[in-house]
Amino acid sequence: MFNYYFRLALRSLKRNVVLTALMIAAIGVGIGASMTTLTLFRAMASDPIPQKSAQLFEPQIDNWGPLKHGEVTGESGSLPEQVSYTDAMAWMNAHAARRQTAMYATSLALTPSNPDVRPFQIPARATFSDFFPMFDVPFLFGGPWNSADDADHADVVVITRDLNDKVFGGANSVGKTVNLDNHDYRVVGVVDRWEPIPRFYDLNNDKYGKPEELFLPFNRAIDGHMMMWGNNNCSGDVGVGWEGHLHSECVWLQFWAELPTPADAARYRSFLNNYAAEQQRTGRFHWPPHTELRDVREWLVYQHAVTSEVRILVLVSFSFLFVCLLNAMGLMLAKLLGRAGDIGVRRALGASHAAIFAQCLIEAAVIGLAGGLLGLALTALGLLGLRSLLSEEVNGLAHLSPVDIGIAVLLAIVATMIAGLYPTWRAAHVQPAWQLKAQ
Amino acid sequence: MLKMTHLSKAYRTEVVETYALRDFSIHVREGEFVAVTGPSGSGKTTFLTIAGLLEEFSGGEYQLDGADVRGLDDNQRSRLRNQKIGFIFQAFNLISDLNVQDNIDVPLRYRGLNGAERRRRIQDSLARVGLSARARHYPAELSGGQQQRVAIARALAGSPRLLLADEPTGNLDTQMARGVMDLLEELHRDGATIVMVTHDPELAIRAQREVHIVDGQVVDLAAHPRLVVGAQTHA
Repeated sequence: MFNYYFRLALRSLKRNVVLTALMIAAIGVGIGASMTTLTLFRAMASDPIPQKSAQLFEPQIDNWGPLKHGEVTGESGSLPEQVSYTDAMAWMNAHAARRQTAMYATSLALTPSNPDVRPFQIPARATFSDFFPMFDVPFLFGGPWNSADDADHADVVVITRDLNDKVFGGANSVGKTVNLDNHDYRVVGVVDRWEPIPRFYDLNNDKYGKPEELFLPFNRAIDGHMMMWGNNNCSGDVGVGWEGHLHSECVWLQFWAELPTPADAARYRSFLNNYAAEQQRTGRFHWPPHTELRDVREWLVYQHAVTSEVRILVLVSFSFLFVCLLNAMGLMLAKLLGRAGDIGVRRALGASHAAIFAQCLIEAAVIGLAGGLLGLALTALGLLGLRSLLSEEVNGLAHLSPVDIGIAVLLAIVATMIAGLYPTWRAAHVQPAWQLKAQ
Repeated sequence: MLKMTHLSKAYRTEVVETYALRDFSIHVREGEFVAVTGPSGSGKTTFLTIAGLLEEFSGGEYQLDGADVRGLDDNQRSRLRNQKIGFIFQAFNLISDLNVQDNIDVPLRYRGLNGAERRRRIQDSLARVGLSARARHYPAELSGGQQQRVAIARALAGSPRLLLADEPTGNLDTQMARGVMDLLEELHRDGATIVMVTHDPELAIRAQREVHIVDGQVVDLAAHPRLVVGAQTHA
């Protein structure tokens, strides 16, 4: 009977074009508004590494003391969001996690071997070899450098597919060299498409942007005095020169640890607390030990990956969808009750309440489908509009994925069917005898 | 075929209770052609809608084809209506945005018949009423008489045990009315059981038996037996 009801629904929609158009417009506008904000919200709130988000942890430690941190950030009780070089190196050397990496963002000038191509600046990330297996980074050619390269401060790099296309025309560049800041580095791997959103491993800059185009060993970057391109928060003595900066209490490094089991995480918490207590004992910290350990999802919440403006927008737009659905419900009620005579005839010819209910509900679903398609078009327009309103770093999120399209259509159909429940119920309970007498 | 015993139908509001039928008894046997007559407001149409299981009754008994219909749920009533009853209405009640064959298809769909069986029944019933050539016409493209013939074809397509006709010629001119009545008589001769509500004595006289209703009650039920020329007689 589904096909029969579906054909009846199409016929019914054609019967009163104006009313049908109004219903579809009401649903389309509501879906367009809600999906525009929901698309943005979903992109911001998505789990960038769902297969491992519960195993990857960002440790924090209070190396400034509660009062000083409150003075700098205005948030008493919170901890610095990055770590100092001193703490990062201590944790790296402790090997307390299955994998771990300290890292920071930098920038290098790449001089292509082709003299016709001018040198250009590329964003880069200084990190340890564990970065790649920790974050499940896929490789197109080659692979990451190894721990010996970390220890040797080797002149090796991993580049992205885009950079490989740009510099090597897409060919396998493993073993070739790239000149960075007038120094040659050997390419050991080319990363395939990898764009975690949000860019969870470093939310300080361009949190919804693409990963850096080049990765090189952390120790090599430190040797090269490669400056950080990110937040560098300091309290008190900032140190003199590069060495002074490294040994200051400035926080500018991200640190991640891979802890596969809850027991591993518990042990790592103990390790952090013991480490902080040790710093207190040695006189570096003059306050009680205070550390935190958050997994990826907790870290995203802590870092406000979803802005409060977007949350409010979602709330407002879904309220608007509710109002649109109320309108659609009223129109649907008018449309169905306008056909009470036909419904009475169908009842007389053997249609049960359930049959009429199913027929009308499928009609509501067809209206929802049409409204959903209109809503998709309006969502695309809405996202275009948002790009001009929101900051540049969020612009990349304002696009429709296949999942978003599925959600829009499904939301439209389900919401319209729910809105259609009351009109449908009324239609199904039309008294056939009264209708037939009235005619 | 249709037996109502001491049946009543009351419409209640908070302040008043009105009986449309009271102590109403009628027995229509298989193959009979019965005319139900009476003045406006006497309860003729209420009788017909209760007989057609479109409306509940307040008291008494009603047996359709030997089965007590009291207490049946909506699904059971709908199935019984679909399988055993064919309706013919004064206003034809064709669905305007369905063509002739799709209108006839409606009760067959609810019966769950397959496509081939539905097509066969539609063709047969259209041939029966002489409208095979109009299968793809829409109701608005037909005359009143043709529309009523389509309605009769729709009622016949389901091979009902009982045809209920409510003023079937009320919206037709004399010539068209005569054609529809000829068709009903032909159906009766072929064995159909027909109950026709009418206030027109000229039409009632063409039925095999007349039942007169006044104020919701059958009046002098046994006093008006008569035979229609060419009709079968029944005990």
